[in-house]
Amino acid sequence: MSDWLVKGGYAVVSVTVAAVYGVLLSGIIARTLARVQGRIGIPVWQTFIDIFKNATKRTAVSHGIMFYLGPVFRVAGGIGTLLFIPLLYDSEVFGNFHFAGDIILIIYFMAFGALGMALGAAEGGHPYSAIGVGRGLAQFAAFEVPFGLAIISLAIQYNTLSVYEIVGAQQAGVAHWTLFTNPLATIAAMLSLLGSTGYAPFDVVGPPQEIPTGPRTEFQSEFISLMQLNRAIFAAAKLVLYMDLFFGGATNLLELMIKTWAIYMVPIIVGASFPRYRIDQAIRFFLRVPTLIGIAAVIVADYLFNA
Amino acid sequence: MRGPKSKNVQELANDGLTYPDTEFFCKTRPMPVEGQFKAMEQVRNWARANSLHVQAFGTGCGAVELRPLMTARYDAYRYGVMGSPTPRQSCVFVIGGYASVKTLKRIVVSYEQMQNPKFVVALGSCTVNGGMYWDSYNTINRIDHYIPVDLYVSGCMPRPEALLAGFVKLKEMIKEGKCEGANKYLENFDWYKANQKKIIKNWNMPDYNW
Repeated sequence: MSDWLVKGGYAVVSVTVAAVYGVLLSGIIARTLARVQGRIGIPVWQTFIDIFKNATKRTAVSHGIMFYLGPVFRVAGGIGTLLFIPLLYDSEVFGNFHFAGDIILIIYFMAFGALGMALGAAEGGHPYSAIGVGRGLAQFAAFEVPFGLAIISLAIQYNTLSVYEIVGAQQAGVAHWTLFTNPLATIAAMLSLLGSTGYAPFDVVGPPQEIPTGPRTEFQSEFISLMQLNRAIFAAAKLVLYMDLFFGGATNLLELMIKTWAIYMVPIIVGASFPRYRIDQAIRFFLRVPTLIGIAAVIVADYLFNA
Repeated sequence: MRGPKSKNVQELANDGLTYPDTEFFCKTRPMPVEGQFKAMEQVRNWARANSLHVQAFGTGCGAVELRPLMTARYDAYRYGVMGSPTPRQSCVFVIGGYASVKTLKRIVVSYEQMQNPKFVVALGSCTVNGGMYWDSYNTINRIDHYIPVDLYVSGCMPRPEALLAGFVKLKEMIKEGKCEGANKYLENFDWYKANQKKIIKNWNMPDYNW
């Protein structure tokens, strides 16, 4: 019994750390982008203030039970994803829960939040919400394909479906990172990351300010603050997952911060350099080159590692 | 809706709606909501002052002065001023210059969809007394008669610097707890509604846009 309590306490600690780091990371990135554009930019803690302000608004309009549950599902999806990804390898506190085959669960948890939002936004009754959700799910289905192929390639390579064991297999040194042992899978997954982080050219689902459309059109006050919090948790979870699968994991928090920041800079740099795709262009993009790279990764992995 | 304990104290008439539409809109009368716990309210006001999400709705020609604020030259982001795509998620409504009769309807809808607390910055001389359009047949002269205004930035047009100074002043006022326009609107709801209905002839929307 006390064992479970301790484990639960550790889970709370790691979710809190990931949430704070995720929120802070969004501020750091916004500040970096502002500097690129020759601006001073928002304070790095601006997102904390936004979340607090939205959470303490005096009124909130609801459209029914699913409208409440949408953001809740979303946060549950974010936390659920995080709980099965080891933040730090070989750490009692940040190890989180892991079991054989947890990567399948993680992939499903990633879809969970998007589906919850779809139900919530549909209850909002706003036509643009429905359009936004439709775009979001279509793009989600497209960028999951290369990511799924990359995961299959890793499963063949390491002969396991456990994130923890994949991280463990990369601990011998930099040359053992999946980045170097299976570059094709890494490239396919990184291209998929461009879509899942939602920066340009794949940001038509939830454009930052200028188009009043997207799944969150109708959400306000506490609902939007929950979604902002989840955005931070989910971003942190995704970055940690990529770090674990492809970049050798981390054994201390400083290493985690540096590696996840470096991974996050990839979609940021791409986003700062390219204009926006329409949704049909985005889907075609993912189903062409990244999918082919993913298929090649599976074939090569089968040839090399499945002897 | 959260906040007021007694729902349905007095129902709105919603006279402007015809049959199928009447089923889609709420008849509950909106109630003012006071901030609870003074010390906590000061913290909340600080957060509100530092996170101003401006509704990106150009209501008049003055809205052209809003765009440069977000560029490298003026960079309003550093003061915590950001654009927001929908009225639901925004808390500052900038009335960009003159408001025509047609725009007033949209202004009212957008303003009512924003959540309490909300702040209104009226930009340009036209919002004060009609400015150069004071005798126009389709321009309203005082925006203050239709929605409560927290802050005026006068000029024709005011430069972005003036608007930025206005935002800084608005932040000070929010921190002092002086910006209670949303509650003022609901306390004097009938007076504001009567004024609006005098101007908007084809009132085909609910009395309060939740």
